[in-house]
Amino acid sequence: MPNKTFFWFFLPTGLAMILFIGLPIISTGIQSFYAQHDQIVKEVKKCDPFGCTVSIVVDNEETSKIREAKPLGKFNGFGTYTDRNHLAVDEIKKFWNETDSFGAFIDQVTNLPFYKALIFTLTYCLFVTPNVLLLGFIIALSLNAVARKIRGPLIFGTILPMIVTPLVGSLVLFWMIDSQGIIGANIQNLMNDPYLSLKSSKTLTWITIIIYGIWHHSPFAFVVFYAALQTVPQEPVEAAIIDGASRFQRIKHIVLPHIYPVVTFVALISLMDNFRVFEPIIGFSAEGSAQSLSWLIYDNLVNEEVILFGSAAATSIMTIVGIAILLAPVLIRTWKEFRIAR
Amino acid sequence: MDYGLDKKTTSLKTFNTIFIIVWLLIACFPFIWTFWGSFKVRADFFSRSDWWYAISAFNTLIETGGKFTTNAYSQAWTEGEFWKASKNTVIVTIFVVSISLFLGTLGAYALSRSTRNYAFWLLILALIFRAMPHITLVSGYLFPFFELQIWGILPTTIVVLVAINQPFTLWLLYSFFKTVPRELDESALIDGCSYFQTFRHIIMPVMWPGVITAGLFSLMLAYNDFTVTALLLNQENHTMVPKIQSYLGTNQHEGNLMWAVSSVVSATAPLFILVMFFQRQIISGLTAGAIKG
Repeated sequence: MPNKTFFWFFLPTGLAMILFIGLPIISTGIQSFYAQHDQIVKEVKKCDPFGCTVSIVVDNEETSKIREAKPLGKFNGFGTYTDRNHLAVDEIKKFWNETDSFGAFIDQVTNLPFYKALIFTLTYCLFVTPNVLLLGFIIALSLNAVARKIRGPLIFGTILPMIVTPLVGSLVLFWMIDSQGIIGANIQNLMNDPYLSLKSSKTLTWITIIIYGIWHHSPFAFVVFYAALQTVPQEPVEAAIIDGASRFQRIKHIVLPHIYPVVTFVALISLMDNFRVFEPIIGFSAEGSAQSLSWLIYDNLVNEEVILFGSAAATSIMTIVGIAILLAPVLIRTWKEFRIAR
Repeated sequence: MDYGLDKKTTSLKTFNTIFIIVWLLIACFPFIWTFWGSFKVRADFFSRSDWWYAISAFNTLIETGGKFTTNAYSQAWTEGEFWKASKNTVIVTIFVVSISLFLGTLGAYALSRSTRNYAFWLLILALIFRAMPHITLVSGYLFPFFELQIWGILPTTIVVLVAINQPFTLWLLYSFFKTVPRELDESALIDGCSYFQTFRHIIMPVMWPGVITAGLFSLMLAYNDFTVTALLLNQENHTMVPKIQSYLGTNQHEGNLMWAVSSVVSATAPLFILVMFFQRQIISGLTAGAIKG
């Protein structure tokens, strides 16, 4: 296809992506160097028969004037990145000097909002992704062994958790697990502890969200693995049976190597999706004990008084850096393959 | 060909059946339970005293005189203005699907027919864009949109959702276009068709399965989106998913939690029906990128 024709065919979609994905990333980058204006205060002298008092009040007029003149805020350089709500450089230095054991230091650091969110996000990715792969593969194997006639409805039932939006999916689970729901209430009865509830413990909240993640993402892994299983050639499998290979050996030495590229694909996609975990935190109303990077951004953007554009943008840029680190190995591999292919 | 070599023992078969049943229970029961509970009153579905009330409908009988009540639905749809939210969702979904299919087919056709290096790099760029968390993009949109005064209205959200959806649509349609043989284009070009005529009259007619699949995925994205719609639309224009979230926030009102339950059911039902009819296309779409290359 000539370059000119290609250009005209690709222009609309290219333009949409540049305007609404490329530019916003740049806009986020610029915003992250600015911070919202401080409120301008003025001294007001108030005199009454008993003497004069000077009080400090917020000058609303001046504040809104400067906000209108410079809506982006004041230039802050890397100030937002290093403040307490982000990388917290000063605080970490202070903790390092003040605490006497390494454990205490880690304890202090993981209480800072950004690191807290980072640790939750990574923990979520670390537990959900491998379990999704494993569960998806087991379901695929097991459905593949069922008679063809009844597979359709079974597949329908299996992919339901994936179809609904994460907010709805987590709400549906939350209403059952909550202390007034069917599962929560029964667990309370079993454990004989009327105060046991999801919100009462941080560990329980984390476990619930991770279980939700596995429940929500496994169907995707299942679908891809199931399709890949259909392409496994039968001859080597039969040869292995004749040679006396057990079922487990057949899966390990024939099936898994065959579908290996698909496994990396699923791992990559689910890692990307897990890194942006956000809606379940709202669905489970778990803001108190579990915060993710995406949730921090959302929280800044729905701030009641002033929208914290700068703070949200700084977290966004660091999230993008995180994604880049996750994606780097895959991109480097693709590039190498591409060079060999040429 | 199956020669019956692969003999499964009875215990393996039993184990397999049990596993599938347990998994299906885990996957489907929450939805069935929510559907059941949406016809109860709050005191039953979220019972403080006894969870069995949700089944025996103890309070529902007292409050409404029947075992099932549709109060939650009628209140959410009228008083809760869920009808407005569903109207907005329908508008957003229709526009997002049609625009993103239009842009996506053109772009993906060009990508699949180009032999240059830049086509490859554009695909990689699309993959990188696909990885961007939506909330980081939203934090980039908000400020410019406030300044341009286009925040809060449906057209902005539609355009944003189309753009966010493009990378995935491109990849999906690209892998479908790859399966259409090039000879088809070449013969049309030799016969004197322009590239656009070839695309319109020769290629598109054989591409319907791919277009339907891509359309379904755009639909699911637009229908299910929370991040973009919650932050870029004002209260008036909220679609279904942010509306459900707003019912959760205001817990003072006794009925509101049940509104959320009934709207969850109302919002999920059309989606499930759709999946029932188009299961094959959805599965082929999910696997297109993975298996074919």
